[in-house]
Amino acid sequence: MVAAPSHRATQDTGWPHRWLSGHGQVLVVLGAIVALFVVVSFVNQRFLSPANLTTIFSGNAYIAVAAIGMTMVIITGHIDVSVGALIGVLATIAGTLAVAGWPLWMVWLAPLVVGVLVNTLAGALVAYAGIPSIVLTLGFLSILKGGLIVVTGGDWISDLPRGFFLAQMKLFGLPVPMLTALVLTLAVAWWMAHFRFGRAIYAVGSNPEAARAIGISVERTVVGVFALHGLFAGIAAVLFATQLTIIQSTVPPNLELMIITACVIGGVSILGGVGTVIGAALATILFATITSAMIFTNVSAYWLRAVIGGLILITVLADVARRRRQA
Amino acid sequence: MTATLFSRRLLSHEAMLALLLALALFTLSRLSDSFLSSANLLNQVRLMAEIGLIALAMTLVIVTGGIDLSVGSITGLSAILLGVLWSKLGIPLPMAAVLAIAGGMVAGLANGLIITRFGVPPLIATLATMAFYRGLAEGLSQGRSVRGYPESFYVLGQGDVLGVPTQVLILLVAAILVGIALQMTAFGRTVLAIGANETAARFSSLPVDRVKLIVYGFSGLMAGLAGVLLVSRVTTTRSDMGMGWELDAITAVVLGGASIFGGRGTVLGTVLALALIQCLKNGLSLAGVKADGTIVLIGLFLIAAVLLGNLMDRIAAR
Repeated sequence: MVAAPSHRATQDTGWPHRWLSGHGQVLVVLGAIVALFVVVSFVNQRFLSPANLTTIFSGNAYIAVAAIGMTMVIITGHIDVSVGALIGVLATIAGTLAVAGWPLWMVWLAPLVVGVLVNTLAGALVAYAGIPSIVLTLGFLSILKGGLIVVTGGDWISDLPRGFFLAQMKLFGLPVPMLTALVLTLAVAWWMAHFRFGRAIYAVGSNPEAARAIGISVERTVVGVFALHGLFAGIAAVLFATQLTIIQSTVPPNLELMIITACVIGGVSILGGVGTVIGAALATILFATITSAMIFTNVSAYWLRAVIGGLILITVLADVARRRRQA
Repeated sequence: MTATLFSRRLLSHEAMLALLLALALFTLSRLSDSFLSSANLLNQVRLMAEIGLIALAMTLVIVTGGIDLSVGSITGLSAILLGVLWSKLGIPLPMAAVLAIAGGMVAGLANGLIITRFGVPPLIATLATMAFYRGLAEGLSQGRSVRGYPESFYVLGQGDVLGVPTQVLILLVAAILVGIALQMTAFGRTVLAIGANETAARFSSLPVDRVKLIVYGFSGLMAGLAGVLLVSRVTTTRSDMGMGWELDAITAVVLGGASIFGGRGTVLGTVLALALIQCLKNGLSLAGVKADGTIVLIGLFLIAAVLLGNLMDRIAAR
């Protein structure tokens, strides 16, 4: 059987072009955030209060961290719909260990280790057993989601030890989640642009055959990306688990959707090979800004998802239109 | 030559499913006396009808090489449309039901237009409309559920026609029609051709865009119908109805042997997979396993089925 012609092969326009098309979207998202800030703070000054700014820049930080790994996965041409369930499982693990009296550093480390293990398995099944990532992660989603409720009964975890709440702490006067997301996003963006493995991710996503020809192991790159994605899911889970005083041991609904959408709005092409982690991080801030803006302009919260969904649609259509103009 | 290879591979997949189904039925009948009673069996089919309708349309979508993640949200939107049109605007219930189903179809057609006119990949297009349609449902309902439907409306979700549950008949008719459409008509061959090689299909001057539009419109229509059936069965309307159903439907289609890359898949496979999943759910609940344990097993099943398929492909290729 002849392989279907790849879309990527036909739009191979080189690194500079790809960099620009990735960053064009980043500028759009940045512009939208600035515009919202100007308009809403004009309507309601309290929008700029420190408490609200913390909500906007720190509240979605765990989504931004998870989006780093998802960005890599999507750039290699794959997808992971199980990450929300994984974060739910990892957060529950952290909470359970904390209640059991484990030392805090182990409590915070365990989700990272388990995340890497689970997603290395997923990556290996995708890369070596040839299971399409959408199907495989669909299966993982069922297993993680169902397994979590079977084991915990969906109970709340409370009575967490005092030092546990990492996400509520501050460092240099800034909330830890925001700092974590900022540092990780910038570090990974730099790493992906300048280091061998980082660039291999783009190479595998834009043209696997060409990547293979220049000596990159496509399989190992995919497994490595999934493992890293598991690491970031672990960090996201720690931030998620420690932001409130209780943990609900169920899967946070629609979390994977939020993460994937952040990547897409941030300019990561679902066809692979294009995008940066900075766009996804900005997109999570845009979500938080929209949510907050609707509260401050007294729009019913029930319309929130429709507004975000409509915005996603417009962004996607605008992105496609721009790419066509460039082509 | 590849065609015969494909059909042989499909046959074996469906035969395998049928075998598994027979095994499940046998084990379950040993496990519980009440399982094989016609009342229980019909009730089980009643429970799988809504996702079954969606999975039938999803088979066509996946065979074209696409995917529709918005079906669960369309189910919720259609349920809310029904409730709001009837309770707020006072539109007679049968009319409201027709409008709700039509609303589902319009939502599906919108998906199709975004995919064909703008060239947005189906995964992204329907991911976006999944959020948007759910948002519309939430906005329209303002978080309030609608209850108090007249008893005459329950005939769809709880009633019988000639001793057979209404939605079972609907599912049966739909399965036969979709099966004929996919396997015996020019439309069906176009669906398969698009999935096998879209570029080649275009060069063969097949109506690729029109067929895709029909397929996504039909997917919305079925999701809308499922929404109305669901409201009639559970006698209430909430905006979170159908959440996660897209994954259930996709699981059934893939388990049924359709390739997620398109070009391969049958209605019989999907129906067998649906029946197998429902057997698992029912059997495990009879054995005292909770629904969440069943989800785990279905996930394992899905992965194992694809792994086994890949393995058989590799052996056949040798």
